[in-house]
Amino acid sequence: MSDDFIMSDRGLSGAERALLRSFAGAVIPPGPEHGIPGADDEAITADIVASAEGGTEEVAEALAALDALSRSSRGDGFDMVDEGARVAVATAFRDSHRALAARLVGIVAQCYYRDERVMASLGMEPRPPYPDGFELEQGDWSLLDPVRARERLYR
Amino acid sequence: MAAEPADVLIVGAGASGAAVAWSLAETRMRIVCLEQGGWMNPAEYPSSGRDWEARGFGDFSISPNRRRRVTDYPVNDDESPISVANFNAVGGSTILYAGHFPRFHPSDFRVRSLDGVADDWPIDFDTLAPYYAENDRMMGVSGLAGDPANPPHDPPMPPLPLGKSGQALGKGFNRLGWHWWPSDTAIATEPYDGRDQCLNLGACSTGCAQGAKASTDITYWPHALRAGVEVRTRCRVREITVDDRDRATGVIYHDADGVEHEQRAHVVVLACNGVGTPRLLLNSSSSRFPDGLANRSGLVGRNLMFHPYAAIYGVFEEPMDGYRGPGLCIWSQEFYETDAERGFVRGYTFECGRGRGPVATAMNGMMSRRIPFGPDHHRAYRAMFNRMAGMVGICEDLPEEHNTVTLDPELTDPDGIPAPKVTYRLSENSRRMLDHAVARGTEVLRAAGAVDILTTAPIPQGGWHLMGTARMGTDPETSVVNEWGRSHDVRNLFIVDGSLFVTCAGVNPTRTIQALALYVADSMKQRLANLFD
Repeated sequence: MSDDFIMSDRGLSGAERALLRSFAGAVIPPGPEHGIPGADDEAITADIVASAEGGTEEVAEALAALDALSRSSRGDGFDMVDEGARVAVATAFRDSHRALAARLVGIVAQCYYRDERVMASLGMEPRPPYPDGFELEQGDWSLLDPVRARERLYR
Repeated sequence: MAAEPADVLIVGAGASGAAVAWSLAETRMRIVCLEQGGWMNPAEYPSSGRDWEARGFGDFSISPNRRRRVTDYPVNDDESPISVANFNAVGGSTILYAGHFPRFHPSDFRVRSLDGVADDWPIDFDTLAPYYAENDRMMGVSGLAGDPANPPHDPPMPPLPLGKSGQALGKGFNRLGWHWWPSDTAIATEPYDGRDQCLNLGACSTGCAQGAKASTDITYWPHALRAGVEVRTRCRVREITVDDRDRATGVIYHDADGVEHEQRAHVVVLACNGVGTPRLLLNSSSSRFPDGLANRSGLVGRNLMFHPYAAIYGVFEEPMDGYRGPGLCIWSQEFYETDAERGFVRGYTFECGRGRGPVATAMNGMMSRRIPFGPDHHRAYRAMFNRMAGMVGICEDLPEEHNTVTLDPELTDPDGIPAPKVTYRLSENSRRMLDHAVARGTEVLRAAGAVDILTTAPIPQGGWHLMGTARMGTDPETSVVNEWGRSHDVRNLFIVDGSLFVTCAGVNPTRTIQALALYVADSMKQRLANLFD
């Protein structure tokens, strides 16, 4: 499979992994009212880190920018400040570094919302779409009656 | 060593390459198609795994620059607000397209005559009509006859279900008295030509594991292969060669190991679409064609048209279809034909979407600030999940010579072949059309009951449609190919893809690209005795 893609061979460092986990937990904390973990849950974090490995340079760049923003605005690294400050820094990062933030948010969202505990809490069966597919109601085709009554619209 | 010459050599096995190959196969000529990608294995499509949405941002991304398959070529689109989307494989971009399958209107071929802008096509709607019908039969089209916004036609299969989203949006259009209709789609709603019917996987844009969506690897190609056409995969064409009589003699290509080969041919047909085709022509410069092959008009690579897209999505209080079902459901062409009072010429189609998957809901919600980071995330997320529906406005772009595909001076593909560079500026007409689409789309979503609206215009990643860069026409000074797809400069060189478009209409182009390919093939078959005269 890897022969089919042009990929980076650089992995994330331990510090970068820790930073990524802190970011994930700040963005999506646990939801006890729904009985669901945060995105810094161990299994979800493992998925996030594995997913990040495909585009390591961009993820590392984003994490470095996030950490720098934390140091400049809060006087300390992102995973050293308290939980409330992390949310504030992550939010400021999203608004000031759109493309880099989208990369991190994307990886977190991808992994969090395919976790079977999270899917189950949303009423989804924890399975892929194929092969069972989904039901879709036909709907009320009489809604088209006023459109059928219209004159030709094209030239 | 040069292989035995082919009678017809087709470059590209996507939407148009498949159609032209199938049509020409009845001549019993020796037809070879070179494709830089491989055959796809539907069992490996993302919808077979829980990571299906994630893979849409990775190995099945619409962007070759994000996907980075070795079968892709990079595109420098730094100087464009819209980035190029494509896919390289047998089936081409039909592997990833949504399957929206509208036809052009008759007026789309007469833009200069009717609206005083751009140019008329050298052919008209009636010329293409029988090829639209033939293509519908080959691809398998679902839809509902009777749409007052389109000339009569009768799709061979019934339409996709309206679902919750289609009903809600249809009611919104009805409240405003605006046109809407179930979309024509290249998705089988019943078993068709060896393909099974749609299962509502909701993952059309990352390949259809069910085989219900009509990608040409499972529609045209099985028929073309049985008729004797040879498809050679992992063959990346570097250049087209010519002789001193200005005739194409074949191509030079690299195989999967990077080894260079020559394939000679009596006729060369390009089917690489609006970026790949001009790239190949520009890479085929020679002493006889110093500015690129077949480019004595100077128009190869010029007049690039995208369809600028506006996305308008609403959040509803009641559940929508969400991740279930093909994204497509209904369309509206209320604002398709020119109305001078709108402040722009030409128009657009609204193509409605059922909703979004759980990951896309989260990403869009968080990046649009609707879903906050931190403790309130879950409440805000659940207010959006399965409660979104909306539309895109697909706007007609007008041809402008300063919008170009050229060769990047530094960027190359994995075989060292110069990569394309796209330079594109959004016109004032397109900007106004996008603004109109956002305003009218917002109105219809409000009428449908949406409580919040999210908009993006243009969609930065939305360069799905690549057109106009080797336009057809009767005048060699103002067009690259003639009215049946033959190069004015190289009489055994044909083009059958979206590059041919003189104008681009306000609809998805694949149905028209394929109808054009069938028309060009038929034109060739009718002239076999004097094809090069």
